[in-house]
Amino acid sequence: MSSDLSGRIVGDLVNNDIDFVTTVPCKQLAGVIEAIENHDAILHIPSNKEDEGMGLCAGAYMGGKRPCIVMQNTAIGVTVNTLVTLIQFYQIPLPMLISYRGEVGEKVACQVEMALHTKALLDQLSIPTFHFHHRDDVEELDGILKHTWMCRKPTAILTDAGFWRAA
Amino acid sequence: MIRSEILKSIVPVITDRLVICNIGLPSQELFQLDDRPSNFYMLGTMGLCSSIGLGLALAQPGKVVAIEGDGSVLTNLATLATIANNASDNFVLLIIDNGSYGSTGDQPTYAGMRTSLAKVATACGCEHVIECEAEETAGTLQDALDANRMTIIIAKCQSGNIDVPVIEMNPVLIRERFMAEVASRNSGGT
Repeated sequence: MSSDLSGRIVGDLVNNDIDFVTTVPCKQLAGVIEAIENHDAILHIPSNKEDEGMGLCAGAYMGGKRPCIVMQNTAIGVTVNTLVTLIQFYQIPLPMLISYRGEVGEKVACQVEMALHTKALLDQLSIPTFHFHHRDDVEELDGILKHTWMCRKPTAILTDAGFWRAA
Repeated sequence: MIRSEILKSIVPVITDRLVICNIGLPSQELFQLDDRPSNFYMLGTMGLCSSIGLGLALAQPGKVVAIEGDGSVLTNLATLATIANNASDNFVLLIIDNGSYGSTGDQPTYAGMRTSLAKVATACGCEHVIECEAEETAGTLQDALDANRMTIIIAKCQSGNIDVPVIEMNPVLIRERFMAEVASRNSGGT
């Protein structure tokens, strides 16, 4: 059940003291967004656009919270400037839980276009990137979150259709 | 009045507040006027001053003033909907509206033409929206802070800039100095 997976993911967020999450919806992330909204330990502020969301996260971090942004991989195209001039320039830790659309199992052809550029862009930006394809890959999440705070960088967790389907 | 004169007039009001200051000349001018650890200067990232300010206000109890520009708000117009729907009574958004992109050569913005940011903010659901003249800014801002309710102020002023140097402070130092100040205040320190 994907709800179990969503609950597991949100549990890892909370266990790592993440208490401020902004989201821009993706169908693939609907369950995890619902679980975030329903968790008492997380202040959930939906964003209209992902760069706005990163601004909210930067402010929340400076106010003493631990932020996270949940978004689709199309957002990498939207947020390059914000990632570089705000999140990286000021060394703000920011885990990005990303729906990796456009991989095998995708039904919308246009999503493939951005999928082709997603890892290349993340690589160009020197953002630590982790690809969850199998159900068991979720076991890495706790360590990735700790790594994010240790190195004070944005990190990308790409969750593809196989990961969610296997759930 | 031009923006730098408004900033000078509000220094006594904001000097003890947490301030998020917009990219470009506004931050450079504030840095020259009244550099403090309680000021966070944006060195890049056009459009996100109000978002950073809201995030900060939601995260902790101290009063926050975000100093925005009309051109910057137009870049991230949906921020007004997010602000309206997540009202934080320790947050004041001050939009200094000179009808131009001051830091890039005073090109006109649509806010100086047919677009009313006050009406946009109201339509987005912001409850306390005040448009004032430049000379009224300091008093309006003081009243908003005293009222303990989220307020959007649009201060109309003339276009124009003064000559100020860029901020050479390390961005991580700006952030860490600011975070230490926020933490100190929220732990009951000075």
